[in-house]
This record gives sequence, structure tokens and C-alpha cells, in this order.
Amino acid sequence: MTLNMNSLAIAPILLPLATAAIMVALGERRRNIKAVLGVVSTMMTLGIAVSLLLFADSAPAGEPAAISVYLVGNWAAPYGIVLVVDRLSSLMLVLASTVVLAGQLYSIARWHSAGMFFHALVQLLLMGLNGAFLTGDLFNLFVFFEVLLAASYGLVLHGSGAPRVKAGLHYIAVNLAASSLFLIGASLIYGAAGTLNMADLAARVPILPDDERMLMEAGAAILGVAFLVKAGMWPLCFWLPSAYALAVPPVAAIFSIMTKVGVYVILRLWPMVFGVDAGASAFFGSNWLLVGGILTVAFGVIGLLASQDLPRMAAYNVIISSGTLLAAIAAGSSGVTAGALFYLISSTLAVSAFFLLIDLIERGRIPGADVLVVTFEALSEEDEEEPDAADPVGIAIPATMAILGIGFAACALLLAGLPPLTGFVAKFLMLHAMFLPDGVAVGAHEVNGTTPTLGALSWTLMAMLLISGFAVMVAMARAGVRVFWVPMESTVPKVRFLEMVPIVSLLLLCATLTVQAGPVARFMDATAKSIHAPEGYVRGVLDVPRKRPEQPVIDGQPATAPATQEVSP
Amino acid sequence: MEIILALSIGALAGSGIWLILRSRTYQVLIGLSLLSYAVNLFIFSMGRLRTDAPPILEKGVPNTLAHYTDPVPQALVLTAIVITFAMTALFLVVLLVARGLTRNDHVDGRES
Repeated sequence: MTLNMNSLAIAPILLPLATAAIMVALGERRRNIKAVLGVVSTMMTLGIAVSLLLFADSAPAGEPAAISVYLVGNWAAPYGIVLVVDRLSSLMLVLASTVVLAGQLYSIARWHSAGMFFHALVQLLLMGLNGAFLTGDLFNLFVFFEVLLAASYGLVLHGSGAPRVKAGLHYIAVNLAASSLFLIGASLIYGAAGTLNMADLAARVPILPDDERMLMEAGAAILGVAFLVKAGMWPLCFWLPSAYALAVPPVAAIFSIMTKVGVYVILRLWPMVFGVDAGASAFFGSNWLLVGGILTVAFGVIGLLASQDLPRMAAYNVIISSGTLLAAIAAGSSGVTAGALFYLISSTLAVSAFFLLIDLIERGRIPGADVLVVTFEALSEEDEEEPDAADPVGIAIPATMAILGIGFAACALLLAGLPPLTGFVAKFLMLHAMFLPDGVAVGAHEVNGTTPTLGALSWTLMAMLLISGFAVMVAMARAGVRVFWVPMESTVPKVRFLEMVPIVSLLLLCATLTVQAGPVARFMDATAKSIHAPEGYVRGVLDVPRKRPEQPVIDGQPATAPATQEVSP
Repeated sequence: MEIILALSIGALAGSGIWLILRSRTYQVLIGLSLLSYAVNLFIFSMGRLRTDAPPILEKGVPNTLAHYTDPVPQALVLTAIVITFAMTALFLVVLLVARGLTRNDHVDGRES
């Protein structure tokens, strides 16, 4: 079983890579074959991801998490590159392939023909995402980041046009600069700690000498800035709204997972390397993360309220979701993290569905109508007040509009965190955990020794969650009223069945998560616990022996037997 | 040697950052390239500077770091060079497309 799973860990990387290679070989034409290939490949990846998730969750409660480690090139952990599957990474794998699948299905109806190599680029992006979620090595993480970024550069420019190229240019320049920071940070950490393996790093940080520690912390801070650029933390997120709002809708929907890659890395590395056990470095930088997260939410809220068109609103929702996640991670307790994980899933699915939905809504509207939404409110204080006594019967709402309206309302509920959907459950879990005595570990750490009380930080976080939810509600309601409740002077958009499928499935998935909130919350709780107690991960990675090459190991045979006497490299 | 290396990294990074902040796309491209040279040298220096020390094991020489230089940063630098080179080429293509579409080489597509 373990051997099986260990080999399966590399499949989410190889499968999209092979598919992309075939697609490139097929050339520019034969879009339908490529679409089918792409959807099949992503579905298979999703299936593999789900089986990895079930495996990672198979360990009984209380036991350390089941993790499966694949040694790429068969070198033992601190020296070779490893791929690690645990609860967190398998959860992210499932989320990534779900979102990519939705975007892909949606694109088939019309958008994939707007440029070249759409499906191949999506597969490469999926490969980069999966690799970044699976890898247990900092430099390998860099390589997979570059893979997914390279694919995303192509996707941002998909459909071309001057505004898109301009936004793409900014996006590429910012990410290239961030990649330089990534390299500087990773090499500083290597220079100070002597390792690039995440598990090994976590084991070495507590015993670093003081002069090396300073260098290591500087490296970690620079590395952190690189991730925060991707995650879209406040001063570093100026590129995000234009790039996301101008990308074609299926691409924007897929990109809703991209900021979560930055969040994932912070969630993976920060509690592991700078957790409670990190000695003098414990909770390094937590206040930056917390304040940055809160400022990001504030920026997102202001941007959202000021947005004049729907795609930009969705982009600001991405920023709000990132900020909330960063602040919640910085709280540093496993309860809040569990809620944050739930929120991560729910907000990613919701934003993704929202980007797709916007495209359908926009289709039936007069170009430029959005720009008037806010301008109307600002200028027409005395109101345009049409004499609407003309139609006492009212207008029949077409079925398409009704479905779109329900979808819009569902997205609004999810993003604002109102009952009954997952957004509410997630926010409730976070708020609940903050009320517990050890809710905000950062505050507790600062008062060191005295009994931790509900500090200012806890209250700020709670206020932030509630106010941002309220602001999202206001903005979404305003946009919704303008879009759906105005007299139908615009035509009803023509919507194909294939375009409704991904949106409805994403929203139904959220609904299912709400109904199954109990088991899901238990899973998130177990994930959060293993994030904050990384010994299982560290030992699991470092203790995996390499396999003897001359002895081919067959399924079911214990893999650990032959590797007791290890050849040192 | 340390001082020369530090100065050259500093000069490259400094001019790179200055150029990135300029308003012409070509300047940004050159800035990113200079920055990547600085970063590559920096990664290299993180393996500690050694002269006359090979990164590969040799027969008859003890297997300790005293006789070798650290091979990992050299491998990292190779990867980093390849990746930044590819990304710079890609950026150059986008730059030319932007130039063609906006008939302007300002990073915002128009003179402000």
C-alpha cells in the first residue's frame, strides 16, 4: 500500500506534463481533440489527488499523519529531492485540479479558441501547481514556481489585445523580480542552515548558532516577501487587480488558485520552520504577517467598494481572501488555521465560480454599463426615478437570468461569509477558535508566562473578519441590484449548457461541503494539527530510506527491508 | 576577493533595481537581466568562496569539505541561469508585442 502510494505521488506532475507534450505535438489545430485530452487528463489528476487525499487521511485519530514520500532519483531525504504527500498537500492538489477542471470545461464553449495552445498551457500550469504543492525542497519549489509562472504568463496573454498585454507585462515584470527575491532568500537559507530540504531545515533551525540565525532569518524574510508577492499581500498586490480582471474568464477562474500557492507555502513553511519548537526564532515575523494580512483586507475592501466593473470586484475578492488567510495563519493556533483552511477552499471555489459567472452576466449587457453603476450612485443623488407605473404586472424574469441571479447570490453569500453556505461555516470556525484561550498564539506568546487573555490582536482579527464580510455584502448587493433588478433594456445573454456546468458544479460543491461540514471540519482540524506539530512530517521525510537499485521491489513487499545499510553519497 | 565580489554584486543589483524602476520597457528588461546576474553571483558566493578546490570527488583526496568546494550552489546557479534566461527571452517577446500594439515603449503603454 505504502509503496503504491509513494509511486503515485509523482503522477500529478507527470500526467499533465505528458499530456501537454502530446498537445504541443498535435500542433495549433485539432482543438477539440486537445480539449478532450485536457479534460480527461485533469479528471485523472483529480482522481489521483482524491486517492492521495484519502490515503493521507487514513491514519487513525491521534496517530501522526500518514505521509507518503517519493524520493526523486532515489537519494535519501536531506540530499535528494523529495515529493511529500500529507493532508495539506493532497488537499491543495484536489483543490487545484477541481478549479482547473472547471476553467477548462468552461473554456471549451468559446474561450479556448481565442489564442494558441490554451489547453497545453493549462496542463503545464496544473503540473507546476501540483509540483509546488508536493515538493519538500526549497529549490525544487522555485523550479515548480517558475513552471507555473511561465504557463501563467502565456495564459494571462491569452486572447491578446492591448490592455491585456499591458497588464501581462506588469505581471511578468513583478513576478520576475519576485523570482530574484526567491533565489536570494533560498540561497541565504542554504548558506546559513546548509540545507534546502524543508524538513531538514525545520530540524536544524532550533540548533543554529546565533550569527547564522540572523542570516537565516534574513533569508527567510526575503523568501517570505517573494511568496507574499504571489499571495498578493497589500503593498505587493498592485499588479493583481488588473492582471486578474483583464485575463479571459476561464483563465481568471483558474488563477484564483494561484494566490493560494503563496498562501500554501507560508502555511507549509512558517509553522514548520518558525513554529513553537524553533527556539529563538519561534514565531519569527508573525506580527508582519498579521498586520500585513489585516492591511490587505482593508485594501481589498476599499478597492471592492470602489470597483466599477464586475471582474475587478472579483479580483478584489481574491485580495480580501488572501489577506484573511494571511492574518488567520499569523494567529498561529491550530484552531484558527483549521477555519482558515476551510475558508481557503470555500473562497477559492467561490471566486472561481464568480469569475465564470461574471462572463455570462456581462454577455447580455451594454458595454460600459458597469462603469455607470458607481457613477450613477455618486452623481444622481436626486435619483433617476423613472415613472414605473407603466407596467403594473411586472416583468417576467427569463430562466437564464434567474439561474444567473441565484448563482450570483450564492457567490455573494460565499464570499461575504453569510449563512447558509461554506463561507459562513469557515468564518464561524475561525471566530470560534479566536474566542478560545489559546486562540491567537501570537498574542499569547508575547505576554509570555501570564495567562493568555483575549488580546487586542484577537479583537482586531475578529473585527476584520466581520467588517470585511459586511463590506463584501454591500458591494455585491449593489452590483447585484444594478445587474439583475434593472428593467431589461439589455438582451438576455445566450448561455450554452456547457458553460453552466462548471459554475453550477462549483457552487454545488460548496453546498455539499456545507452539508458535510462536520467531516470536512474534522479533516481540516487534523490538517491544522499536523501543520502545527510538524514532527510527523519532519521524521517522515528524513527517515525514508532509499531503495536498493539492484533489488526491484514489487508491490506489497515491504520497501523498508533492504535499506538498512545505506551507501553514503 | 570577497570585497571585489561583494562590490560587483552590489553594483549589478543596484543598477538592476534602478533600471527596473525606469519607465521604458527595454530598461526594465535590462534591469531584470542585471538583477539576475547579481543573484547568480550571490547564489554562487553562498557556497563560500574557495580557490583551487574542485566540486567533484577525486581519488586519493579525503572526503571532507576542507578539500572541496560546495557543489550545491553551483548546481543551483546552473538551474537559475537557465530559468532566468528563458524568462528574459519570454519577457522580451511580450515587450515587443506591447511595443507593436501600443506603438509606444512606455511600461504603461502611453506617455504620462
